[in-house]
Amino acid sequence: MTPNSEAELADAIASAKTPLRIMGGGTRPVGNPVAGEVLSTSGLSGIELYEPGALTIVAKAGTPVDEIEAALSKENQRLAFEPMDHRSLLGTNGTPTIGGIVAANVSGPRRVQSGACRDHMLGVRFVDGTGTILKNGGRVMKNVTGYDLVKLLTGSYGTLGVLTEVSLKVLPKTDTQATLMIHGLDFPQAVKAMSAALGSPYEVSAAAHMPDMGDGAVTMLRIEGFEQSVAYRAEQLANELATFGEITVETDAGKSAKIWTASRDVAGFENADGDVWRISVKPTDGATIAASLGADQLFMDWGGGLIWAVMPKGTDLRARMNGTPGHATLIRADEATRATLGTFHPELAPVAKISAGLRNKFDPKGILNPGLMT
Amino acid sequence: MEMPAPNAAVLSKKAKIVARLQAVLPPSAVIHEEAETRAYECDALSAYRCPPLAAVLPSSTEEVSAVLKICHEEGVPVVPRGSGTSLAGGALPTADSVILGVARLNDVIETDYENRVIKVQTGRTNLSVTGAVEEEDFFYAPDPSSQLACAIAGNIAMNSGGAHCLKYGVTTNNLLGVTLVMMDGTITELGGAHLDAGGLDLLGLICGSEGQLGVVTEATLRILRKPEGARPVLMGFDSAEIAGACVSDIIKAGVLPVAIEYMDKKVIDVVENYAQAGYPTCEALLIVEVEGAPAEIDEQLGLITQIARKHNPVELRESTSSEEAAKIWLGRKSAFGAMGQLNDYMCLDGTIPVSSLPYVLRRIGELSAEHGLEVGNVFHAGDGNMHPLILFDANKPGDLETCEALGADILRLCVEVGGCLTGEHGVGIEKRDLMNDQFAPDDLENQMAVKDVFDPTWLLNPAKVFPLAVSERRRALAIAAE
Ligand SMILES: Cc1cc2nc3c(=O)[nH]c(=O)nc-3n(C[C@H](O)[C@H](O)[C@H](O)COP(=O)(O)OP(=O)(O)OC[C@H]3O[C@@H](n4cnc5c(N)ncnc54)[C@H](O)[C@@H]3O)c2cc1C
Repeated sequence: MTPNSEAELADAIASAKTPLRIMGGGTRPVGNPVAGEVLSTSGLSGIELYEPGALTIVAKAGTPVDEIEAALSKENQRLAFEPMDHRSLLGTNGTPTIGGIVAANVSGPRRVQSGACRDHMLGVRFVDGTGTILKNGGRVMKNVTGYDLVKLLTGSYGTLGVLTEVSLKVLPKTDTQATLMIHGLDFPQAVKAMSAALGSPYEVSAAAHMPDMGDGAVTMLRIEGFEQSVAYRAEQLANELATFGEITVETDAGKSAKIWTASRDVAGFENADGDVWRISVKPTDGATIAASLGADQLFMDWGGGLIWAVMPKGTDLRARMNGTPGHATLIRADEATRATLGTFHPELAPVAKISAGLRNKFDPKGILNPGLMT
Repeated sequence: MEMPAPNAAVLSKKAKIVARLQAVLPPSAVIHEEAETRAYECDALSAYRCPPLAAVLPSSTEEVSAVLKICHEEGVPVVPRGSGTSLAGGALPTADSVILGVARLNDVIETDYENRVIKVQTGRTNLSVTGAVEEEDFFYAPDPSSQLACAIAGNIAMNSGGAHCLKYGVTTNNLLGVTLVMMDGTITELGGAHLDAGGLDLLGLICGSEGQLGVVTEATLRILRKPEGARPVLMGFDSAEIAGACVSDIIKAGVLPVAIEYMDKKVIDVVENYAQAGYPTCEALLIVEVEGAPAEIDEQLGLITQIARKHNPVELRESTSSEEAAKIWLGRKSAFGAMGQLNDYMCLDGTIPVSSLPYVLRRIGELSAEHGLEVGNVFHAGDGNMHPLILFDANKPGDLETCEALGADILRLCVEVGGCLTGEHGVGIEKRDLMNDQFAPDDLENQMAVKDVFDPTWLLNPAKVFPLAVSERRRALAIAAE
């Protein structure tokens, strides 16, 4: 089903009696396998309002991300949370949509500085599991009117409602960027260096660590802004981190940007033969976990707080976290493994009860991506 | 503003309820004598007062849980309270309610510079969170003007913002985890010290839920390193239109100031009289502050002043020293105090799309004349968060009602141009009955269904946020359950 309007979509859901698989561009098949008829949002497309002077964009959920980014680029603005493109990692093709990004709360390396997708969300329109059209939030940057269901819907993977329209806060693009590279650190040292950088006043906008895969380990720190300021901050930061090891600086903005696109899209894992996991922990725990997982391949983003790992097929990575607070998501694995291990981390009993209660209220027929998150 | 009649059955068993609370808390933590419960009869919306049945001041999450369990069993409504600075009546009691104050829960549990987080009990004041990390040059970013007094508990419940949120976001963007106690006493954790909580974003839902979904006893907050420096520039313009266009041009030019504050003529005049900050006489005044490395500040201020000049400012004043910077901020910081000297005032906080600023200011002027009460405007212009201050005389019969009617008209205007009723103070009782103007019945039903999941019998802060008529059936459940 590909409804062409919010009203058509609402009718389709109201009359549905069996499960629906909600799909944007179909480029992010993350989640437990769902059996059901496909309901696509690709018929709901187009930017409805863009006010550069108010840093706000409103678009229908099926709008291609490229279209949004092109419009923003014309005004020298961007989605500051730097959403990842999952296509190469997951071997999908298709057109990523803005609704898909929001439904999966997709955020990239700049998460450490600017926040996640959810932090840039201003409003949603959606259709719940009964076919009722609902809205929450709006198009203004500060809004505490009623409960924040905008956050609740963001990252709910279509299990609470089908997004039809999203409003987002956008930010100015920065003039230029540079990347500092510290060579030869192990995990604990790397996290220490990234913590020092992120805890400095030099406004580091990304911090990642690639362990030694043959060419030596490298810890990378991005600085963005006006040219003079970037040069100044890179120099200050290099001085401050000099005791960690040898430092080089990539001052070519284009080359620096490529490094971060690759890191954002988890390049290098495409052809790995194993399950791909994404782990969110506090950075200092990240150092311990990274060293003890026994992963085939792995790297850290978010200053050590985000670990991407390739594990031998079917391995229960969560068991190897030894109860470390945080969570691990199984991003890529065959259906059987996803069904056995579960895509999402098991929740504390009271949290699981609340989540189930909410799903039951938003989707009493149990037809919106049932089981995808649980 | 109407409040529901108290539940007579609860009132009649006060002695039993107090005795049960005394059994789980130390004697000094249960306040029930009428003379003493008066201390909790209102928050900063002080036109509305009602002493609670009792007030309790637990010192641990377990004590909070024990209190809630008892109130749940006895069918007693509970009103959570931080420091009582809510401007929306969020912490206003009813006569049959127990005030659950978290003021004694004020410890720092852990400061962790490596992971850039601090874990605190939520009774701690906003400013003292920054106070706890200042020696290492860190700070907690959300900075409501009430930060000396207000508690993290209330900040989380209201999702409070401050002058610097254009760059750093509001409470929800700086909150990583909470310990939540539900109405039936269940204790749970949401999120933690990691950057994104797993599963559904319940943390995002709790933040801003006005004490209606659970009581937050502990919080993990993001702390940031202080910038190298910050510097404001002041500019005066002949009209709101020009000031509005200047704000929009600054943002479009790719500069992201940490704050853009706006004051209108009324407020400038009052403030000048009060604080002699040396502000120019003009229709609209902007204070724009940028931060960062010295080179960054110079570059940004250069761009900003260049843009401002194109709009023919009547005054453009840069600061070259910290004294000059302080002088620029002096007037803005004393604005509320200065207006308070003049008369009683009601402070609204509707938010509008920045592009509607001139239109909205003009309409506020017209509405002010229609109702015959003066309005001053001082607000966060970068994010469209208005703060119309309506001056009235609380001792003059009818003035409060006129003020509320004018306030309601202004907030409806905010909604009409695509904005919202409240950008940072919350709905509470103050904007409760205007929710129908912003939301369709289905939207409100959906939000109330969320409360049903957390608090099925509607005992937590029940008479807030939703219009009384809309929540009536659900609130009746609490009475029936009792
Ligand atoms: C002079 C002045 C200036 C202000 N400036 C600003 C400003 O710049 N920005 C801004 O956003 N606000 C501002 N405010 C409003 C107010 O300070 C904020 O709303 C603040 O967050 C309230 O905190 P509090 O601890 O006083 O909460 P309270 O007033 O005690 O309670 C507020 C709400 O939180 C709930 N609550 C309290 N504790 C808990 C808990 N532990 N768990 C769950 N719910 C709880 C209450 O039930 C109530 O609904 C200002 C107020 C004043 C008086």
